[in-house]
Amino acid sequence: MQDVFYGISDFVQSKLSGNEVATCGFHGEDSDFVRFNKNAVRQAGTVHQSEVRLDLIDGKRHARAGVTLSGHPETDRSRVATTIEQLRGMLPHLSDDPHLLYSEDVRSSEKHGENRLPAGSDVVDSVLREASSKDLVGIYSAGGIHSGFANSLGQRNWYSTYTFNLDWSLYHRQDKAVKSGCAGFDWCEDDLRSKFATAQEQLGILSQPPRTIDPGKYRVYLSPVAIYELLQMVSWGGFGLKDHRTKQTSLLKMVEADARLSPTVTLIENTDGGVAPDFQGAGFIKPPSVSLIRNGCFENCLTSPRSAKEYGIPTNGASAFESPGSIEMSAGELAREDMVRELQNGLYINNLWYLNYSDRSNCRITGMTRFATFWVENGQIAAPVNVMRFDETIYRMLGDHLIGLTAERDFILDSETYGGRSTNSGRLPGALVDEFTLTL
Amino acid sequence: MRDRIETFFQRLASDVHFCSLRLVEEHAESLQVRQDVLQPARRSNDVGVMVTVIDGSGLGYAATSDVSESGLTRAFDEAREWAGKTAQIGITDFSKIPLPSPQGSFTTPVAKGWSSASLGDKIDLLRGESQRLNIDSRIVDWSAALWYGRANTLYLTNQGGRVEQDLHFIVPSLSATANEGVETQTRSLGGRGCCRQGGLEVLDDIRFREVAPELASEALELLAAPNCPSGVMDLLLAPDQMILQIHESIGHPLELDRILGDERNYAGTSFVTMDMFGSYRYGSQLLNVTHDPTVENEFASYGFDDDGAPATKEFIIRNGILERPLGGIVSQHRAGMNGVANSRACSWNRPPIDRMANLNLEVGNSNFEQLVGAIEQGVYMRANNSWSIDDSRNKFQFGCEWAQLIENGELTQVVKKPNYRGISATFWRNLKMVGDSSTRDILGTPHCGKGEPNQAVRVGHASPTCLFADVDVFGGE
Repeated sequence: MQDVFYGISDFVQSKLSGNEVATCGFHGEDSDFVRFNKNAVRQAGTVHQSEVRLDLIDGKRHARAGVTLSGHPETDRSRVATTIEQLRGMLPHLSDDPHLLYSEDVRSSEKHGENRLPAGSDVVDSVLREASSKDLVGIYSAGGIHSGFANSLGQRNWYSTYTFNLDWSLYHRQDKAVKSGCAGFDWCEDDLRSKFATAQEQLGILSQPPRTIDPGKYRVYLSPVAIYELLQMVSWGGFGLKDHRTKQTSLLKMVEADARLSPTVTLIENTDGGVAPDFQGAGFIKPPSVSLIRNGCFENCLTSPRSAKEYGIPTNGASAFESPGSIEMSAGELAREDMVRELQNGLYINNLWYLNYSDRSNCRITGMTRFATFWVENGQIAAPVNVMRFDETIYRMLGDHLIGLTAERDFILDSETYGGRSTNSGRLPGALVDEFTLTL
Repeated sequence: MRDRIETFFQRLASDVHFCSLRLVEEHAESLQVRQDVLQPARRSNDVGVMVTVIDGSGLGYAATSDVSESGLTRAFDEAREWAGKTAQIGITDFSKIPLPSPQGSFTTPVAKGWSSASLGDKIDLLRGESQRLNIDSRIVDWSAALWYGRANTLYLTNQGGRVEQDLHFIVPSLSATANEGVETQTRSLGGRGCCRQGGLEVLDDIRFREVAPELASEALELLAAPNCPSGVMDLLLAPDQMILQIHESIGHPLELDRILGDERNYAGTSFVTMDMFGSYRYGSQLLNVTHDPTVENEFASYGFDDDGAPATKEFIIRNGILERPLGGIVSQHRAGMNGVANSRACSWNRPPIDRMANLNLEVGNSNFEQLVGAIEQGVYMRANNSWSIDDSRNKFQFGCEWAQLIENGELTQVVKKPNYRGISATFWRNLKMVGDSSTRDILGTPHCGKGEPNQAVRVGHASPTCLFADVDVFGGE
């Protein structure tokens, strides 16, 4: 795909006239998707997709377009030439863009992943074999992901990776299930077997009569996956410079009213430690890391080139959405194996689900428990719990009511596939929290 | 291109039990003026095909943006290979499913085409509305935008099916954000649920050129408003919140693939079970819900779904009783029950699954004054801004941008951060009054997420204003 993209970007440059400048972004995938239900295959298929994103710039005027590529040079050149003409036809009707900023500092880079993935059908066979007689549901997504950037100043960036993500649940009945997953670059049957065995143990607990608990305040353990859900929510408008300057950030009280999280909470955008590309759509290179919250205090926003120009501060290579792609939370000192004992009486929450702000200015978030959530009594798991709704502020969850974070952290590869397969990730500890508010 | 694809497809797919090809060409343009500054104008030109093969008892698909003969051949071979490899391990014997081979076409009625106004005129319109949103120094962000899309699809089967559809979509948006200290409030057009099929005539239908100052004033009004009170009370919901309530607590739980378990790892299951259809009381006698892709100019209108089933209007809930699920042909076969034409994919690169199209709550006979007049103590909420529901689609909590108290039959004080929570299985039974057609609006959402791999599809909802009794209402911190 690299040749296809560089060929098209060269063609784009050849079509420029006068003082025109163009930037080209690229995203392509060859993906296998196999969907499972009841330990059988529901849908299996392959998707080949690639798109070039053009920004045609003339002075301060510019217009953007996405064009699907076929992989055939003649066809793609025809499509791109048509699109350039469309964009060129738009420019006279547009006004100067005072917030236009693209990289003029040429910084080329290449990162090539190695394809070590097995054939999709082999994985399917081994998954169904391991899950034999269990109620398995989920999806296997795998294949190459390719991103690129090129501009008429000579910058070239390329990124490719070959990953798999088997995102699955084993069900006991109704909504009682254990969710797990295997993801990475090298398929490992032992890892799958081990995770099935762990899930099978938890299914044993889930087969006990569930407990329905009353709304109220509870001591809870939130697993790293549950913390990832919480931070995904906060990342929706929490860290972006535009959201901060327009007072729409959900962390408004941290910047306007000196609100703090626990001193044990440190969050960084760790591009170096993630799997996402280190360049963004306007050609800027992301720094290895950006400190977002340090020891409970807000430190830096994620600043896209556009926001940088608008608000007059340097970009730190953030995407247009200004949300983290490789979020990392520092570890604490609690041992994960002690969490059930430390809870004494409370909830062991493996998964949260469907989060949203119920009071954005106060960063109050509502959501549900899901999958394997257990009632812990006298330091021992006593019963599965029927799903409960929570409604709680981040300032209490990760502030006044945070007892501690675990020393162990999990690396979570995002399994989302909207539009394309995500390369986002997180490296996060679990959290022991007191007085966590359950409402329904 | 179409002729070449059509001719080649018929040669390609002759020796398998069933084969379909779905070509999607989608062109879109988006324009936005934010804080009176034109944002980068965008367009997209997207084209690709999905080939689906049933061979033996297995089904496989392959999608590609390479629509050349070699690309189609590779897609067909890959789809057939998946069908073969999964034939003995599939959830059902796909060869037993009577997939249709329809002939037909569908075109969105358009009165004022997107191109009937110049690019400059459309930008001027947005500049004007942007300026009209900025009415006070406390308005800290404001934006006016238009998104337009046109999707041309061609569906072919190797048994003679041929359907062409030409859909035009428009999504206008306006929003104003006000701030004072640590309080920030946003008002938006239709709670961002304003979307229709059609052309620029939609802008007149939704008062796009009139509402900007109202939205900005309401955002400012909310800054000074007290929190929504807490308590169990009557709740009057405007259409721009009703669509969310319908979507989350009727639409999703009635999707047959959820009931069959396909979505349990991602979007979730359902509190509804198959034995409930035909007898279960979902809501009060006043609750009538239809699935109707044939409504002119609603956001998810079409003539045929993506498995070729012809669209028809069907009652899903009639007089409060659950009648049929939202399931397309494949799910209907697996469940052994009737459904609707709702096998849908977001584009060429995702396979069809059970989705809502236009899911509408039918009107009642109360006008707005009668609805308000019937409330002794309650809250009127407008414009969704928060949504959360459990994986069985039962315990929900929703929030709105704007609310007003109702006391002794009259609208009184504006209150901020209105939220309410409840349980789907009981909430709809407390439906007390349903507004008439004067209270109805046609809205929807451009981004309904579901499925593995994930898909965000366009959904339409029309609803009148509705009154619910005994709802747990509350506000912010």
